[in-house]
Amino acid sequence: MAILLEVRNLRTQFLTDDGLIKAVDDVSYHIDEKEIIGVVGESGCGKSVTQLSVMRLITPPGKITSGQIIFEGDDLMKYEANGPEMRSIRGAKIAMIFQEPMTSLNPVLTIGRQLTETLELHLKMGKSAANRRAAELLDMVGIPCADTRLGDYPHQFSGGMRQRAMIAMALSCNPRLVIADEPTTALDVTTQAQLLELMKALVEEFHSALVIVTHNLGVVARYAQRIYIMYAGRIVESGTCKDIFRSPRHPYTMGLLNCVPRIDDREGRELEAIKGLPPNLGRLPGQCAFLPRCEHAVDRCRVEPWPELQAVADGHHTRCFVNPPGMTG
Amino acid sequence: MTTYIIRRLLLGIVVLIVASIFVFLMVHVLPGDPLWVVLGENYINYSQEELDELRHVYGLDKPLIGQYFDWLGSLLKGDLGESIVYQVPVIDLLKRRLPVTLNLAVLALLISTICGLGLGVIAAIRRGKWSDTVVSVGANLGITLPNFWVGIVFIYIFAYKLGWLPTYGYTSPFDDFVTHLKMLIGPVLCLSVFGMAAQTRQTRSSMLEVAHQDYIRTAWSKGLTERVIVIRHMVKNGLIPVVTTMGMQVSFMFGGAVLVETVFNIPGIGRMMADGIGMRDYPVVQGGVLLMAVVIVLTNLVVDMAYAWLDPRIRYSYR
Repeated sequence: MAILLEVRNLRTQFLTDDGLIKAVDDVSYHIDEKEIIGVVGESGCGKSVTQLSVMRLITPPGKITSGQIIFEGDDLMKYEANGPEMRSIRGAKIAMIFQEPMTSLNPVLTIGRQLTETLELHLKMGKSAANRRAAELLDMVGIPCADTRLGDYPHQFSGGMRQRAMIAMALSCNPRLVIADEPTTALDVTTQAQLLELMKALVEEFHSALVIVTHNLGVVARYAQRIYIMYAGRIVESGTCKDIFRSPRHPYTMGLLNCVPRIDDREGRELEAIKGLPPNLGRLPGQCAFLPRCEHAVDRCRVEPWPELQAVADGHHTRCFVNPPGMTG
Repeated sequence: MTTYIIRRLLLGIVVLIVASIFVFLMVHVLPGDPLWVVLGENYINYSQEELDELRHVYGLDKPLIGQYFDWLGSLLKGDLGESIVYQVPVIDLLKRRLPVTLNLAVLALLISTICGLGLGVIAAIRRGKWSDTVVSVGANLGITLPNFWVGIVFIYIFAYKLGWLPTYGYTSPFDDFVTHLKMLIGPVLCLSVFGMAAQTRQTRSSMLEVAHQDYIRTAWSKGLTERVIVIRHMVKNGLIPVVTTMGMQVSFMFGGAVLVETVFNIPGIGRMMADGIGMRDYPVVQGGVLLMAVVIVLTNLVVDMAYAWLDPRIRYSYR
């Protein structure tokens, strides 16, 4: 299938009082048309910043210092961040769903207005047509009595409903790519599952591609075709969902997998946490950033710089010298 | 919404009652006999019997609480007593002078709000650029300059040195509109300087705060232009603290009117109160203070209603 978005060697840095934070450091990935991929990592590993960079939504003190963001054959980096070209892509061709449905909707505008503004802007709809479409969209994401709820304000919606409204908003202009940044983190588990099912069904219906950004491998297991694992601003492992879950090759991926409870686990095994804390992105060593927390480290890890991504199988890459044999599924 | 307004209204009435108690006590806590207020310097010419009789006539022999209710009763009938100096009912004085002060204050409020909002928004979206620096320095200056001083400097430059404008005084717009305008420029400007500066600072900081909210990032992610994001998404959210400042401006305006009307010799409520205090014309002072209390309570009511209009969360929580 054709590549929809390809990010090459992206670097995004933040100049703060604590020094230069390399939030995204030489990240490359791609997503095909109609594909669903997962980007997984702990808080602060750069997964959200990567996605905001793709949308060119990085604001000072942050800056994209190098890299290419090739979307439908065009390098988005050659456009001005808030210029007309980027504005015609945002919301229309690439849409984003944010983490906090509580704060990501404008509290003083009605849900209807927040839906119709993109329809009017990108699809050039008139007021009444936009209103009708907005009602259809709300209905589609499963909000009952959609046409009467258009006049409601965000605070009159529950968290799950707000995120449904966000999904409706993101899909309103039939985008080629939907980026969902921790879309279900703020919601309870039942709602999470419902919303993920809904998103999957809708992107299929709209023929859109979907990036699910999450810290929870369990969230993407069911939906993503491929998964990128990020750590300390870099991709440490990438592969198909099966590769990642059946034969993980990076110790960090294994650690993440050990944190996910399994429903078929009869032995009552305790969940293992990854020991230690994520590194300070302002003071990264030259070596592997996962080294201080790694249980498989060898001498080579301590002296040589962090290796590049290496193929361990077709389409399965890892950034590790050790390549310890993965857990067998 | 109705419940919300009724609650605010009741609260306003409570405030007015408390204010009336203070105003009433004003005369009674002053050292000496309240009859001093009525008789002035003639007081010493009266015998003890005559004073007692007058006390009975004025109801001053009743207990304080009874006197308060008598006073409140006449107050509600529109009787604020009689000015000792001018020998006319206080209510007539207020009626004549309130329009002058309102004219001044409303213009000043409009100017300070419109300019303050505009400058504040510009400073916020041009943060760190030279236009922001100019506006911010100007606003800080404006907030520190006392308005009577601005008035004196204004008179010195535009009236005395350049001779462009009259030095002081007031002409009714119905008598001579052009002169009226010329005479108002100075006082309105002086009165609005502080408000404009305060409003600029408030608008700037609240717009900057809103600019970092998640929903503004959402708005950017939709591909909206900066103009639409500022006008549709930011201003209404940023207006809530601005409206608060505007409400406070109204009380500042009346306080400032005392000084500005004195400097420019304008026959408004402010001058009336300043003169009244100077000449110990207590009924006039009482009338003026009560009027200000009413104006401030009404302003707060309007501000509370504006909150509800701006923020649906307030509007719906009282439904």
